Amino acid sequence: MDVLAFSLAVFSASLLAGFLGALTGLGGGVIVTPVLTLLLNVDIHYAMGASLVSVIATSSGAAAAYVKEGFANVRVGMFLEIATTLGAVAGAHLTALVPGSGLAILFGAVLLYSAWHSLNAPPDHPDGPTDPLAARLRLNGSYPGPGGTVQYHVQRVKAGFSLMFSAGVLSGLLGIGSGAMKVIAMDQFMRIPFKVSTTTSNFMIGVTAAASAGIYLSHGYIEPGLAMPVMLGVLTGSLAGARLLAGAHIKALRLVFAGVIGLLAIEMIYNGIRGGMQ
Amino acid sequence: MTDSRLDQIIGNLLRVGVVTAAAVVAWGGARYLLRTGQTRPDYHAFHPEVRGLHSLGVLPLPQAIIMIGLLILIATPVARVVFSLVAFAMERDRAYVVITLIVLVVLLYSLGTSWL
Repeated sequence: MDVLAFSLAVFSASLLAGFLGALTGLGGGVIVTPVLTLLLNVDIHYAMGASLVSVIATSSGAAAAYVKEGFANVRVGMFLEIATTLGAVAGAHLTALVPGSGLAILFGAVLLYSAWHSLNAPPDHPDGPTDPLAARLRLNGSYPGPGGTVQYHVQRVKAGFSLMFSAGVLSGLLGIGSGAMKVIAMDQFMRIPFKVSTTTSNFMIGVTAAASAGIYLSHGYIEPGLAMPVMLGVLTGSLAGARLLAGAHIKALRLVFAGVIGLLAIEMIYNGIRGGMQ
Repeated sequence: MTDSRLDQIIGNLLRVGVVTAAAVVAWGGARYLLRTGQTRPDYHAFHPEVRGLHSLGVLPLPQAIIMIGLLILIATPVARVVFSLVAFAMERDRAYVVITLIVLVVLLYSLGTSWL
């Protein structure tokens, strides 16, 4: 396969990954890496580098819309980015120590969990009393609800902050946005409304990924010839997916996609274990 | 400046950054495919030749253009953080100036490693 055919194949696969990533809410980055490694035989380090770049593109592209709508909480995002960026730097440095097979196994496990989690969006919880720390940091906010502005109070700031550090480590270690874990930290731990959690998470993903990007560059994970079709493909695919998402009822479709992604995850774990034994 | 005005500007900043980066990457990508379309790519084994930012000097021009596009993309969230820093400073919100500075230092540290 020459460069032209290969780039076209990578672009098409990335387009599909971005599309599925937007539809399932998993993000394109976490799907494009298994596709590149399993189907196109790309080394996991190059795949992670290209995926990280595409994560910055889709996050910034989507966040541009969400921030304008007034859902994302910029203060919550900025405060928690201390934890995610520090975690990302630690995770990105760790990639040099963990063998490729270990990365593949961990990646598969995270992917499997994310696919399962994407099917179980938890119900919204009632607003409760605020954490004094949240009041001091002015984290409490409001968002435009169907019947006017809805106020919310942020709880368990320290627990959420710690979990965000772990989300950052995973992001740096695997070249993903780790949006699922960010949402769990905000929604389940800090009791921030689901819609605010997902949009703020999207807003934070770009900054978290940028914190890994410098280290990825210095390790040589970001290969321009590969990152080019991946970034353009995932970005285009996710924009198309987000547009479709706004209109359609896709619950059954999501179930099918989550199943496919689960199979990819299992194959990745299997290959990692086999590779690690060689 | 109000928070919603701030949100608008941040939204525009992110959009301009992503569109510019994608355009530069696509331009470099077109030149790359035209020039090297017939050779075989090899990404199966990891042998990092392009390490750090000084690789910009040794990369062929099309790949260097792609890399510049990718750097614009990476710089977009960083610019967002810088912008937030200025906005918090204008609001005299000292706690968030410190918080934002910490995030910025971490980002600059990471980008700094790529110069080495």
